[in-house]
Amino acid sequence: MRLLAAMSGGVDSAVAAALAVDAGHDVTGVHLALAEAPATLRTGSRGCCSREDARDAARAADVLGIPFYVWDLAAEFRASVVADFLAEYAAGRTPNPCLRCNEKVKFTAVLDRALALGFDGVVTGHHARLVDGVLSRSVDLAKDQSYVLAVLTPAQLAATVLPLGELTKDEVRALARRRGLGVADKPDSHDICFIADGDTAGFLRDHLGEQPGPVVDALSGAVVGSHTGAYAYTVGQRRGLDLRVPAADGRPRYVLSVEPVSRTVTVGPAEALEVRTVRTGPPVWSSPRALPLGCVVQLRAHGMVHDCTVAPSGEGWAIALGTPARGVAPGQAAVLYDGDQVLGSATVVGAQ
Amino acid sequence: MAYLDHAASTPVLPEALAATTEALALTGNASSLHASGRRARRLVEESREAVAAAVGARPSEVVFTAGGTESDNLAVKGLFWARRAADPRRTRVLASAVEHHAVLDAVEWLVAHEGAQVTWVPVDELGRVHPAALRDAIGSGEDVALVSVMWANNEVGTVQPVQDLAEVAHERGIPFHTDAVQAVGALAVDVAESGVDALSLSGHKLGGPPGAGALVLGRDVSCTPLLHGGGQERDVRSGTLDVPALVGLAAATTLATARRKETAERLAELRDALVAGVHRVVPDAVLNGDPVDRLPGNAHFGFPGCEGDSLLMLLDAQGIEVSTGSACTSGVARPSHVLVAMGQDEVRARGSLRFSLGHTSTAADVDELLAALPAVVERARRVGVR
Repeated sequence: MRLLAAMSGGVDSAVAAALAVDAGHDVTGVHLALAEAPATLRTGSRGCCSREDARDAARAADVLGIPFYVWDLAAEFRASVVADFLAEYAAGRTPNPCLRCNEKVKFTAVLDRALALGFDGVVTGHHARLVDGVLSRSVDLAKDQSYVLAVLTPAQLAATVLPLGELTKDEVRALARRRGLGVADKPDSHDICFIADGDTAGFLRDHLGEQPGPVVDALSGAVVGSHTGAYAYTVGQRRGLDLRVPAADGRPRYVLSVEPVSRTVTVGPAEALEVRTVRTGPPVWSSPRALPLGCVVQLRAHGMVHDCTVAPSGEGWAIALGTPARGVAPGQAAVLYDGDQVLGSATVVGAQ
Repeated sequence: MAYLDHAASTPVLPEALAATTEALALTGNASSLHASGRRARRLVEESREAVAAAVGARPSEVVFTAGGTESDNLAVKGLFWARRAADPRRTRVLASAVEHHAVLDAVEWLVAHEGAQVTWVPVDELGRVHPAALRDAIGSGEDVALVSVMWANNEVGTVQPVQDLAEVAHERGIPFHTDAVQAVGALAVDVAESGVDALSLSGHKLGGPPGAGALVLGRDVSCTPLLHGGGQERDVRSGTLDVPALVGLAAATTLATARRKETAERLAELRDALVAGVHRVVPDAVLNGDPVDRLPGNAHFGFPGCEGDSLLMLLDAQGIEVSTGSACTSGVARPSHVLVAMGQDEVRARGSLRFSLGHTSTAADVDELLAALPAVVERARRVGVR
């Protein structure tokens, strides 16, 4: 097959491209330039958008002997990932920008362009498996990224090659060393790539402005503090609340809800975070099933799974949890699994 | 395999390769006083004489550099500093809007860090700088440090009326620099006849090794150095001279200028066949730049509905090597400032390709391109413009 390898400059995508080459595919590498004004050097584990990363990707392509180009997708990234990130926080929800980037940039803008250019599909370094076309968890559960890929449609998955799903991260690094790839020991990237200093609250404040409002205790109804922007709070959050009035029982309080119109952040005891039913928006089925359905659901990246029963509700799902979940934030994805198999994904709109 | 990117770098001439290789085997710093040093210095001075003779300059006017970018930076910053030191009112730089980044960014740097002002001299839709536009931009001229207008544009190939423009600058006593990196070896370049005060040239654009170039600097033109040290080059440029590269530069400059007329005629004919062929197979392709006063090896087209990036990648996959404009460090394509200055919108500017021919180009290269182009353009149109 003629495959386009998306190469971030990290070890995973470099090894994925290498495995595609080894499997006999005709591979071309591209680095996606996502930042408008990329920083020259990478700092620590953040980001994947510096020129150094572009160079690392180019060097990996050199080692593999494949053509390599840089695609400037900064405008798409800004419009569909960064703008969505800000709008979601402004609306009191907690977005997952990596999921959005996969959905809108990597497997839409890039895949469409690749197919139009005559490629048969894209190869990425995500830790997940495609078993007979069905998206499944990586064998390395600690690195599994099926949660942020679950938003892909069967058509998108059909044009996707994920060579790393059968490998652990250690095995990926060992392969990189064996292939002479200089990125073998490059630190993993995490955090949000477009927030270079890791200060999400500061990023939101810079872009959304200060929007002061009250922090209200759910039990007493009393105003127990104030904030400069409700967007900086996420359901389940405990740290950084800076509450002036202690709880009646003296126990810690958590963010229960964020209401953007009145700018009210409601806090309460841990047990008030517990939810038994999660409602979602319209789903994307990667492996369609009939409802109602008994399966497990994952409610955040690297989160635990809950037994559940899924029934239709409006355009989306009503997910009845077998065990209560804590801190379910609207905006996150609810991903259904059958064992390791991904069934589908939908955005959480509410929980109680 | 068709290499149609000679404007980026052209193959080293066998004679230049032999001269450089031979000199690489010799020991000696051209500044040393012993026999080995004298041998090296002799090679440097013979190279200087050869380059001077090739471009109509005096040997003492040739300042060797590490290439076109250094020459441009030295001219722009060096002339600015020297002129401002002589008269603090001279803080304005005039440069054409279509300069290479080596001039453009040097000027921007002066604006950002040295309190300079800049007036970008406009070009018409063919990329030409008109002497009247330069005269307007100069005004009374007492605040102007220098004027810089390239001899020929690296992207669209338009040749500027350098002699007329230099005259306009001289009307107000302002020194005139020209980036002739694309011109030397392709056009008749005679420094004395043109009247320019400073001229940049680069080895690897005319069949010499990369990393060697020169700033031809009039003897009475004051220029503040960028690089300080041993003062090897007229105290304007320091650094141990790269003897092997300069020997190669001299060999290439001599040959390229000696063969210029016949090469230019052959390339212009080949280029015209390429242009006619592109129009035939892609009827809506638009030739950019001056159709008459252009570099003999340059053909620059806009392909409506396509992105240059897509076209480049698709041609590359078939072994046909072209460019979307000037290369950029990050590899990220930006709409060409040259095309934007010529009045094109961003979308149109992004759909462009440069085909550039050089001394090894053949009719087979052109045929290969024309055979591949229709399918490539059709596919690129399907990809579309973002």
